[in-house]
Amino acid sequence: MSTESQAVKKICLIVSKGSLDGVYPALIMANGARMEGIEASVFFTFFGLNALVNKTLDHLKVATVGNSALNMAMPMLGLPMTMPFPTWMGAIPGVSAFATHLMNKEMDKLDIPPVREFLELISDSGGKLFACKLAMDMFKLKREDLCDRVDDVLTVGQFYEESAGEGTHILFT
Amino acid sequence: MTKNIAESEIDVNEEGYLTDMTQWNEAVAEAIAAEEGVGPLGEGHWKVIRYLREQQEKGAALTIRSMGKSGVVTTKELYELFPGGPLKKSSKIAGIPKPVGCI
Repeated sequence: MSTESQAVKKICLIVSKGSLDGVYPALIMANGARMEGIEASVFFTFFGLNALVNKTLDHLKVATVGNSALNMAMPMLGLPMTMPFPTWMGAIPGVSAFATHLMNKEMDKLDIPPVREFLELISDSGGKLFACKLAMDMFKLKREDLCDRVDDVLTVGQFYEESAGEGTHILFT
Repeated sequence: MTKNIAESEIDVNEEGYLTDMTQWNEAVAEAIAAEEGVGPLGEGHWKVIRYLREQQEKGAALTIRSMGKSGVVTTKELYELFPGGPLKKSSKIAGIPKPVGCI
Protein backbone atom coordinates (compact mmCIF):
# COMPACT_ATOMS: atom_id res chain seq x y z
CA MET A 1 0.00 0.00 0.00
CA SER A 2 1.29 3.44 -0.86
CA THR A 3 2.11 5.68 2.07
CA GLU A 4 1.66 8.81 -0.04
CA SER A 5 -1.52 10.67 0.66
CA GLN A 6 -3.96 10.22 -2.16
CA ALA A 7 -6.50 12.87 -3.02
CA VAL A 8 -10.21 12.07 -2.85
CA LYS A 9 -11.38 12.17 -6.46
CA LYS A 10 -14.94 11.08 -6.05
CA ILE A 11 -17.34 10.71 -3.15
CA CYS A 12 -20.43 8.49 -3.29
CA LEU A 13 -22.85 9.10 -0.46
CA ILE A 14 -25.66 6.75 0.49
CA VAL A 15 -28.66 8.32 2.23
CA SER A 16 -30.97 5.86 3.99
CA LYS A 17 -32.80 8.21 6.35
CA GLY A 18 -35.54 10.60 5.38
CA SER A 19 -35.62 13.07 8.26
CA LEU A 20 -34.27 16.57 7.74
CA ASP A 21 -31.24 15.77 9.86
CA GLY A 22 -30.84 12.45 8.07
CA VAL A 23 -30.65 14.09 4.65
CA TYR A 24 -28.78 17.37 5.07
CA PRO A 25 -25.34 16.03 6.01
CA ALA A 26 -25.09 14.15 2.71
CA LEU A 27 -26.30 17.16 0.69
CA ILE A 28 -23.76 19.40 2.40
CA MET A 29 -20.95 16.90 1.87
CA ALA A 30 -21.89 16.44 -1.82
CA ASN A 31 -22.04 20.16 -2.51
CA GLY A 32 -18.82 20.70 -0.57
CA ALA A 33 -17.11 18.04 -2.67
CA ARG A 34 -18.16 19.71 -5.92
CA MET A 35 -16.86 23.05 -4.63
CA GLU A 36 -13.47 21.38 -4.16
CA GLY A 37 -13.51 19.91 -7.63
CA ILE A 38 -14.33 16.43 -6.31
CA GLU A 39 -16.94 14.36 -8.18
CA ALA A 40 -20.05 13.60 -6.13
CA SER A 41 -22.90 11.08 -6.35
CA VAL A 42 -25.73 10.69 -3.88
CA PHE A 43 -27.70 7.43 -3.76
CA PHE A 44 -31.03 7.67 -1.92
CA THR A 45 -32.38 4.42 -0.55
CA PHE A 46 -35.08 3.31 1.89
CA PHE A 47 -36.50 6.31 3.74
CA GLY A 48 -33.86 8.50 2.14
CA LEU A 49 -36.16 8.55 -0.91
CA ASN A 50 -38.28 10.99 1.07
CA ALA A 51 -35.81 13.64 -0.08
CA LEU A 52 -36.44 12.88 -3.77
CA VAL A 53 -40.22 12.43 -3.88
CA ASN A 54 -41.78 15.63 -5.22
CA LYS A 55 -44.70 15.49 -2.81
CA THR A 56 -42.58 15.07 0.31
CA LEU A 57 -39.19 16.67 -0.24
CA ASP A 58 -40.28 20.17 0.77
CA HIS A 59 -41.63 18.91 4.08
CA LEU A 60 -38.82 16.92 5.71
CA LYS A 61 -38.91 17.05 9.50
CA VAL A 62 -36.47 16.91 12.36
CA ALA A 63 -37.06 13.76 14.44
CA THR A 64 -38.10 14.83 17.94
CA VAL A 65 -38.91 11.34 19.22
CA GLY A 66 -36.01 9.04 19.96
CA ASN A 67 -33.51 11.80 19.26
CA SER A 68 -31.51 11.81 22.47
CA ALA A 69 -29.23 14.59 21.22
CA LEU A 70 -32.01 17.15 20.82
CA ASN A 71 -30.49 19.09 23.72
CA MET A 72 -28.16 20.46 21.01
CA ALA A 73 -31.07 22.51 19.72
CA MET A 74 -31.97 24.00 23.11
CA PRO A 75 -29.94 27.19 22.54
CA MET A 76 -32.33 27.98 19.63
CA LEU A 77 -34.97 28.41 22.36
CA GLY A 78 -32.64 30.44 24.53
CA LEU A 79 -32.11 27.48 26.87
CA PRO A 80 -28.81 25.85 27.86
CA MET A 81 -27.47 23.10 25.61
CA THR A 82 -27.10 20.85 28.63
CA MET A 83 -30.87 20.79 29.18
CA PRO A 84 -32.30 17.44 28.04
CA PHE A 85 -35.32 17.38 25.76
CA PRO A 86 -37.77 14.79 27.16
CA THR A 87 -38.65 12.37 24.41
CA TRP A 88 -42.36 12.29 25.38
CA MET A 89 -42.52 16.00 24.57
CA GLY A 90 -41.33 15.20 21.09
CA ALA A 91 -44.50 13.18 20.56
CA ILE A 92 -46.79 16.16 21.17
CA PRO A 93 -48.41 17.25 17.88
CA GLY A 94 -46.62 20.22 16.36
CA VAL A 95 -43.36 19.80 18.27
CA SER A 96 -41.54 18.20 15.35
CA ALA A 97 -42.88 20.90 13.02
CA PHE A 98 -41.73 23.60 15.42
CA ALA A 99 -38.26 22.08 15.83
CA THR A 100 -38.06 21.83 12.04
CA HIS A 101 -39.07 25.47 11.68
CA LEU A 102 -36.33 26.55 14.12
CA MET A 103 -33.74 24.42 12.39
CA ASN A 104 -34.70 25.71 8.94
CA LYS A 105 -34.44 29.28 10.17
CA GLU A 106 -30.95 28.71 11.54
CA MET A 107 -29.83 26.96 8.37
CA ASP A 108 -31.15 29.76 6.20
CA LYS A 109 -29.01 32.22 8.19
CA LEU A 110 -25.98 30.14 7.20
CA ASP A 111 -27.11 30.21 3.56
CA ILE A 112 -27.94 26.49 3.57
CA PRO A 113 -30.70 26.10 0.96
CA PRO A 114 -33.99 24.22 1.39
CA VAL A 115 -33.92 20.60 0.15
CA ARG A 116 -35.32 21.26 -3.34
CA GLU A 117 -32.97 24.14 -4.02
CA PHE A 118 -30.09 22.11 -2.59
CA LEU A 119 -30.82 19.24 -5.02
CA GLU A 120 -30.84 21.76 -7.88
CA LEU A 121 -27.57 23.28 -6.66
CA ILE A 122 -25.85 19.88 -6.52
CA SER A 123 -27.27 18.91 -9.91
CA ASP A 124 -26.19 22.22 -11.50
CA SER A 125 -22.72 21.77 -10.08
CA GLY A 126 -22.39 18.44 -11.88
CA GLY A 127 -23.18 16.20 -8.91
CA LYS A 128 -25.35 13.14 -9.59
CA LEU A 129 -28.54 12.15 -7.80
CA PHE A 130 -29.71 8.54 -7.87
CA ALA A 131 -32.71 6.70 -6.48
CA CYS A 132 -32.51 3.07 -5.32
CA LYS A 133 -34.58 0.77 -7.53
CA LEU A 134 -35.35 -1.73 -4.79
CA ALA A 135 -36.57 0.98 -2.41
CA MET A 136 -38.64 2.51 -5.25
CA ASP A 137 -40.34 -0.86 -5.78
CA MET A 138 -40.86 -1.31 -2.05
CA PHE A 139 -42.54 2.09 -1.65
CA LYS A 140 -44.41 1.66 -4.98
CA LEU A 141 -42.83 4.77 -6.46
CA LYS A 142 -42.44 5.61 -10.13
CA ARG A 143 -39.83 7.74 -11.83
CA GLU A 144 -42.41 10.51 -12.33
CA ASP A 145 -42.96 10.72 -8.56
CA LEU A 146 -39.39 11.95 -8.17
CA CYS A 147 -37.87 15.41 -8.51
CA ASP A 148 -36.81 15.99 -12.13
CA ARG A 149 -33.18 16.54 -11.07
CA VAL A 150 -32.80 12.82 -10.32
CA ASP A 151 -30.33 11.43 -12.86
CA ASP A 152 -31.40 7.81 -12.73
CA VAL A 153 -32.96 4.95 -10.81
CA LEU A 154 -30.22 2.40 -10.14
CA THR A 155 -29.87 -1.10 -8.77
CA VAL A 156 -27.23 -1.66 -6.11
CA GLY A 157 -24.95 -3.21 -8.71
CA GLN A 158 -25.32 -0.23 -11.02
CA PHE A 159 -24.52 2.12 -8.14
CA TYR A 160 -21.28 0.25 -7.48
CA GLU A 161 -20.44 0.43 -11.19
CA GLU A 162 -21.12 4.17 -11.08
CA SER A 163 -18.74 4.38 -8.09
CA ALA A 164 -15.86 2.75 -9.98
CA GLY A 165 -12.50 4.44 -10.19
CA GLU A 166 -9.35 5.11 -8.22
CA GLY A 167 -9.74 7.67 -5.45
CA THR A 168 -13.48 6.99 -4.98
CA HIS A 169 -14.89 6.81 -1.49
CA ILE A 170 -18.29 5.39 -0.60
CA LEU A 171 -19.91 6.66 2.55
CA PHE A 172 -23.11 5.51 4.24
CA THR A 173 -24.80 8.30 6.12
CA MET B 1 5.60 36.03 1.77
CA THR B 2 5.85 37.67 -1.62
CA LYS B 3 5.59 36.17 -5.03
CA ASN B 4 6.50 37.56 -8.40
CA ILE B 5 3.25 37.66 -10.35
CA ALA B 6 3.01 39.43 -13.70
CA GLU B 7 6.36 41.12 -13.08
CA SER B 8 5.49 42.66 -9.74
CA GLU B 9 6.13 41.58 -6.16
CA ILE B 10 2.78 40.62 -4.64
CA ASP B 11 2.05 39.70 -1.02
CA VAL B 12 0.46 36.26 -0.86
CA ASN B 13 -0.20 33.61 1.79
CA GLU B 14 1.24 30.09 1.63
CA GLU B 15 -1.65 28.96 -0.61
CA GLY B 16 -1.07 31.78 -3.08
CA TYR B 17 -4.06 33.97 -2.14
CA LEU B 18 -3.34 37.71 -2.16
CA THR B 19 -3.13 39.17 1.32
CA ASP B 20 -3.64 42.73 0.08
CA MET B 21 -6.39 43.05 -2.49
CA THR B 22 -5.20 46.53 -3.51
CA GLN B 23 -2.08 44.99 -5.09
CA TRP B 24 -4.32 43.26 -7.59
CA ASN B 25 -4.67 44.28 -11.23
CA GLU B 26 -5.89 42.58 -14.39
CA ALA B 27 -2.44 41.33 -15.35
CA VAL B 28 -2.13 39.67 -11.93
CA ALA B 29 -5.53 38.04 -12.48
CA GLU B 30 -4.45 36.71 -15.89
CA ALA B 31 -1.24 35.28 -14.43
CA ILE B 32 -2.98 33.52 -11.51
CA ALA B 33 -5.67 32.21 -13.87
CA ALA B 34 -3.04 30.68 -16.14
CA GLU B 35 -1.39 29.04 -13.12
CA GLU B 36 -4.76 27.62 -12.02
CA GLY B 37 -5.57 26.30 -15.47
CA VAL B 38 -8.43 28.75 -15.92
CA GLY B 39 -9.11 30.85 -18.96
CA PRO B 40 -8.04 32.69 -21.05
CA LEU B 41 -10.19 35.12 -19.12
CA GLY B 42 -13.27 36.26 -21.01
CA GLU B 43 -16.14 38.60 -20.21
CA GLY B 44 -17.87 35.88 -18.16
CA HIS B 45 -14.81 35.48 -15.94
CA TRP B 46 -14.37 39.24 -15.50
CA LYS B 47 -17.99 39.68 -14.45
CA VAL B 48 -17.50 37.12 -11.68
CA ILE B 49 -14.13 38.60 -10.66
CA ARG B 50 -15.52 42.14 -10.43
CA TYR B 51 -18.54 40.92 -8.45
CA LEU B 52 -16.31 39.01 -6.01
CA ARG B 53 -14.16 42.08 -5.41
CA GLU B 54 -17.23 44.26 -4.82
CA GLN B 55 -18.63 41.75 -2.34
CA GLN B 56 -15.30 41.48 -0.56
CA GLU B 57 -15.14 45.27 -0.17
CA LYS B 58 -18.60 45.15 1.40
CA GLY B 59 -17.37 42.43 3.73
CA ALA B 60 -19.99 39.93 2.53
CA ALA B 61 -19.43 36.23 3.23
CA LEU B 62 -19.48 34.42 -0.10
CA THR B 63 -21.21 31.10 -0.65
CA ILE B 64 -21.85 29.10 -3.78
CA ARG B 65 -25.55 29.68 -3.19
CA SER B 66 -25.18 33.47 -3.02
CA MET B 67 -23.15 33.40 -6.24
CA GLY B 68 -25.87 31.45 -8.04
CA LYS B 69 -28.45 33.96 -6.83
CA SER B 70 -26.35 37.04 -7.61
CA GLY B 71 -27.70 37.40 -11.13
CA VAL B 72 -24.08 37.70 -12.31
CA VAL B 73 -23.63 34.03 -13.08
CA THR B 74 -25.60 30.78 -12.71
CA THR B 75 -24.22 27.87 -10.71
CA LYS B 76 -23.69 25.90 -13.90
CA GLU B 77 -21.79 28.76 -15.57
CA LEU B 78 -19.63 29.30 -12.51
CA TYR B 79 -18.53 25.65 -12.57
CA GLU B 80 -17.83 25.88 -16.30
CA LEU B 81 -15.85 29.13 -16.00
CA PHE B 82 -13.71 28.02 -13.07
CA PRO B 83 -13.44 24.23 -13.29
CA GLY B 84 -12.10 22.27 -10.34
CA GLY B 85 -13.17 24.56 -7.51
CA PRO B 86 -15.34 27.46 -8.66
CA LEU B 87 -15.39 29.65 -5.57
CA LYS B 88 -11.81 28.98 -4.46
CA LYS B 89 -10.28 29.53 -7.87
CA SER B 90 -12.33 32.60 -8.71
CA SER B 91 -11.48 34.14 -5.32
CA LYS B 92 -7.78 33.49 -5.86
CA ILE B 93 -7.89 35.07 -9.31
CA ALA B 94 -9.90 38.03 -7.96
CA GLY B 95 -7.19 38.66 -5.37
CA ILE B 96 -9.46 38.18 -2.37
CA PRO B 97 -9.06 35.73 0.57
CA LYS B 98 -9.95 32.06 0.27
CA PRO B 99 -13.65 31.54 1.09
CA VAL B 100 -14.01 29.95 4.50
CA GLY B 101 -17.60 28.64 4.41
CA CYS B 102 -18.78 25.10 3.75
CA ILE B 103 -21.63 26.07 1.44
